[in-house]
Amino acid sequence: MFEFQMADIMPALPEIFLAGVSLLLVLVAAFGGETARNARRVTRMAMGGILITLLLLVNSDLVITSAFGGMFSADSFASYMKVLVLTGTFAALGLSLRTDGDGDINKPEYSLLVLLALVGMMLMISADNLMALYMGIELQSLPLYVVAAMRTNSLRSSEAGLKYFLLGALSSGMLLYGASLVYGVAGTTDFTGIAEALSGGALPPVFIIGMVFMISGLAFKVSAAPFHMWTPDVYEGSPTLVTALFAIAPKVAAISLLLRLTYGAFGSIADQWQQVLIALSIASMVIGALGAIMQTDIKRMMAYSSIAHMGYALAGLAAGTVAGATGVMIYMTGYVFMGAGTFAIILLMRRDGAEATRIADLKGLSSTHPLPAIGLLVMMFSMAGIPPLAGFFGKWYVFLAAVEAGLVPLAVIGVVMSVIGAFYYLRIIRLMYFEDTDAPLDPHIPMANRVVLGASLAVILLFFAGLGGLLAAADSAAVALIVFG
Amino acid sequence: MIGNWPLLTIITFLPMIGVLFLMMIRGEDQVVARNARHVALWVSGFTFVVSLALLLNFDPQAPGYQFEERGDWIPAGGISYHLGVDGISMPFILLSTLLSPLAILASWKAITKRVREYMIAFLVLETMMIGMFASLDMLMFYLFFEGVLIPMFIIIGVWGGARRVYAAFKFFLYTLLGSVLMLVCMLAMYIDAGTTDIPMLTSHGFAAGMQTWLFLGFLASFAVKVPMWPVHTWLPDAHVEAPTAGSMILAGVLLKMGGYGFIRFSLPMFPLASEFFAPLIFALSIIAIVYTSLVALAQSDMKKLIAYSSVAHMGFVTIGIFTLTEQGVAGAMFQMISHGLVSAALFFCVGVVYDRLHTREITAYGGVAAVMPRYAVFFMFMMLASVGLPGTSGFVGEMLVLVGAWKASSWVALFTATGLVLGATYMLWLYRRVMFGKVVSPEVEAMERISRREVLIFAPLTVLVLWFGIYPASLLDVMASSIQLILDSAAAGGAIVLAGR
Repeated sequence: MFEFQMADIMPALPEIFLAGVSLLLVLVAAFGGETARNARRVTRMAMGGILITLLLLVNSDLVITSAFGGMFSADSFASYMKVLVLTGTFAALGLSLRTDGDGDINKPEYSLLVLLALVGMMLMISADNLMALYMGIELQSLPLYVVAAMRTNSLRSSEAGLKYFLLGALSSGMLLYGASLVYGVAGTTDFTGIAEALSGGALPPVFIIGMVFMISGLAFKVSAAPFHMWTPDVYEGSPTLVTALFAIAPKVAAISLLLRLTYGAFGSIADQWQQVLIALSIASMVIGALGAIMQTDIKRMMAYSSIAHMGYALAGLAAGTVAGATGVMIYMTGYVFMGAGTFAIILLMRRDGAEATRIADLKGLSSTHPLPAIGLLVMMFSMAGIPPLAGFFGKWYVFLAAVEAGLVPLAVIGVVMSVIGAFYYLRIIRLMYFEDTDAPLDPHIPMANRVVLGASLAVILLFFAGLGGLLAAADSAAVALIVFG
Repeated sequence: MIGNWPLLTIITFLPMIGVLFLMMIRGEDQVVARNARHVALWVSGFTFVVSLALLLNFDPQAPGYQFEERGDWIPAGGISYHLGVDGISMPFILLSTLLSPLAILASWKAITKRVREYMIAFLVLETMMIGMFASLDMLMFYLFFEGVLIPMFIIIGVWGGARRVYAAFKFFLYTLLGSVLMLVCMLAMYIDAGTTDIPMLTSHGFAAGMQTWLFLGFLASFAVKVPMWPVHTWLPDAHVEAPTAGSMILAGVLLKMGGYGFIRFSLPMFPLASEFFAPLIFALSIIAIVYTSLVALAQSDMKKLIAYSSVAHMGFVTIGIFTLTEQGVAGAMFQMISHGLVSAALFFCVGVVYDRLHTREITAYGGVAAVMPRYAVFFMFMMLASVGLPGTSGFVGEMLVLVGAWKASSWVALFTATGLVLGATYMLWLYRRVMFGKVVSPEVEAMERISRREVLIFAPLTVLVLWFGIYPASLLDVMASSIQLILDSAAAGGAIVLAGR
C-alpha cells in the first residue's frame, strides 16, 4: 500500500478540481430548485468548470506524471485524450443550453450527473491499475445510466436506461471477472507490474481467458460488434441530448482504456490480443456499415455509424504499434468533432416543437435551412472518409498502421466497408439536397447549436492544415503509452 | 519577376477566393443569382489569365518539373506540400482553367435554381482539378483526386435530370470504390518508400512482385475514372443526368484524371507491371472501342451517344499509353487534350438545342441546320474533329496512337482502326438525323438562333481544335521532353529492379 502525499495532488489536479466543482454543483442544484432557470445555471457553471479544467490540464507542467502509487498516470497520452473528452462533453452540455429545450431534460441534476461521468472518464483515461480502471468505469457508467432514463415520462427513455444499465452491469461483471483472473496470474493489479510479470515466459491459459474477458467487457463499452446490441436501442431511446453525449465522450474514454490496457499492461503479448481485436474490428466495420443502411431513425443510424467508426479505430489498435496508437488518436480527434457537429444539427430537427428524428425528416433541409444543411453535408462527407476532410485522415492513419503491421486484409476489408458506409451518409445528403420538403422543420436555430456547429466545421474543414502539429502531439503521446519494450 | 511568385498555389486556390465572395453575397434571390454568375465567371476567367502566365513562363525544353513549390506539411511523416508542373500536367491545368469559365458561361441561363450554390460547387471543383494536376505529393494528389467527387456529386444530384439521384450515387460509389483500392496501394508504397513525394517515388524502384499488386490497385482507380470497359457503366448515366456544364467538365477534364494517373504513376513507378499488363489493357481497350461504338450506334438520346463515344475515344488513350512508345504516349496525351476540347463542345452542342426544345431525343430533331445555320457549322466542325478529320486535333491524336499501336502489335492497330470507322458512322449518322432533312416540327422551326454568349463558348474551343490540328507541334513540343523523361525513367527503373533480383 502507499501513503498519501501532497505530490499526488498535482498530477490529478484537473480531476480533483472537477470533482470539487461537481460537489459544489450538488448544492447549487439542490438549493436552486427544480426550475429550468436553475438547470441552465448549473449547466453554465458546469461548463465553466470544464473550461478551467481544460486550462489546468493544458497548463500543467508535470515532473512527476504518476500519482497514488502508480494507480494514476498523467502522461501526455492522458492529456491528449482528456482534452478530447472535455471538449466533447463541453459541446454536449453547451447543446443543452437552449431555452426552448424539452422540459424533461431541463433538470439541474442533468449537468451534474454529466460532470460526474466526466470525472469518471478522466479517471478511465489515466487508469494505470486494474482497480483504478474499474473505479473509473463505474464512476462514468452510473451517472450515464441515470441520464439515459432522464425523460421519466417516456417509456422508451426508461427502457433505454434499464437496457443500458443491465448490459452495462453485465459488461462490468465480465470485466471484473477477467481482471480477477489477470490478477490471479500476475499477482498484481498494477499495469506495469502485469507487463513485467507477462514478459517472463509461458502464459497460463487462464490468463488468456482473463484477458479475453477484459477486452470483451471493454468492447461492450466502446460498442464494438458483436457486443454492440445495446447501442441502437439506447441511442434511440435516450433523450437526444443524452445520445449526443453518449456518441462523443464515453467512446473516447473507453478506447483510451483499451489502448492503455493492451499497449501497456498486455504490451508484451501483442500477438495474443491482436487476433481478438482484428475480429472485433472486422465485425464492427461490417455490422456498422450494413446495419446503418436499413435504419429509418437518424439516432439509430448514428448508433450503427458509431459502431462502424469504432471498427476503424480498432483496426489501428490491432496494429499494436506506436503508429497504430497515433492513428487511433487522430481518428478519435476527428470523431469527437464530427459527432459534435452532427448532433448539433440532429438536435435542430423539430417540427412544431416536437422532436423529429426520422431520417426522412431531413428532406429538403437545404432549401429551408441552408447553413445546417451545408454543415451536415460536410459532416457526412467527413464521416464517409472523403478527403480533404478530417474523417479521411483518421482512416489514412489507422489503415497505414494496419498495413505497416502486415494486416493488409484488414485494411482492404476496412476500405471496402467504408465504400458501403459512404452509401448511407450519402443518403442523408440526398434527402437534404436532392429532394424537396413536404413538411419543413422549425426555423429556429439556437445560438448554442450555431456555435458548436461552427466550431466543429472549422476543425473538420481545416483539419489538414493542423495535421502536422496534431500528429506530432499524438505521436509523442503514443510513445508514452508503451510501458514495456 | 513572376518566377518568384508561388504561381501554382495562386492558380489552385484562386477559385476558393471566389467561393468566399460567393458566400458573402446577400440580397434577394434574383440579385444573388446574378451576382453569383458574375463572380464565378470573373474569378474563373481571372484564374485562366493567371494560368496563361504559367504557360508563358514555361520552358518546354526543360524535361523536369518547373514552378516547384515545397513546404512543410506533416514533417514527421515525410509528407510535404509539393507542387510543380511538367510538360504532362501543364496542358491539363490549362484545359481545366479554360473549360471552367466556359462551363460557367454555358450554365448562365440553364441554371435558375440555387445559382449561388451551383457556382460554389463549380469553383470548388476547379480548385480540386487544378490541384490534382499540380500535386507532386501522392497524398495531396489523392486529396484532390477524391475531393473532386464532392462537388460533382452535388452538381449531378441537385441540378441533374430525372434520374439524377441514381446517376449521382452510381458515379460516387463506383469512383470511390476505385480510389479506396488505390489508397491501400498508396499506403503500401508509403511504407515501402518512406515518402509520399512523387518524384522520389518515381525513382524508388519497387520490387517486381510488389509492382504487380500496386499496378492492379491503381488500375482499379484509374480504370473507373477513364473509364475502361467494363467499369464504364456509370459514365452514360452520369452524363445523361448531369447538367450541360457538368457534362462538359466531366468529359473535358475528369475523365482525363485516369489517363493522367496512368502516365504519372503506373508507367514510371511500376514499369515492369505496366509491360506485363499491357496486353490486358489492350484487350480491354479494344473491347471498349468496338463495343461502345456499337452501343453508341443504337442510342436514341444524343447525350448518351456522345457519352458512349467518349468511352471509345478514351480507349484510344489507354492503348496509346500502354504501347510504352513515345508516339503512343504523345498520341494519348494529344488525344486527351483534344477530346477535352471536342467533347466539351459536343456536350455543349447538345445543351444548346436542349435549352430550346427540352429533349435530347434524336427523333425530336431534324432539319435544325436550316433553322440554326451558324450552330450547324460549329456542330459539324466538332463532329468532324471527333471523327478525326485531318486538320483537326482529333486526327493528330488518333494517328499517333495508331503509330504507337502498330509498333506494339499490328493486331492492336488493326482493331483500333475499326474504331475510327465506327466512330465516323455514328457521328455522321447523328449529324444527319439532327441537322439535315426537312424541319420535322413547328417547335424546331421556332428554335432561336444561337446567341452571342453561345458563340463565345464555341469560339475558343473551335480555334484551339483547329490550331492543334494544323500546328500540332505547338502542343507536342510542350510534352515531348517530359514524355521522353518518363519513358526513360521507366526503362531505367525496370532495368534496375530486374538487375537487383
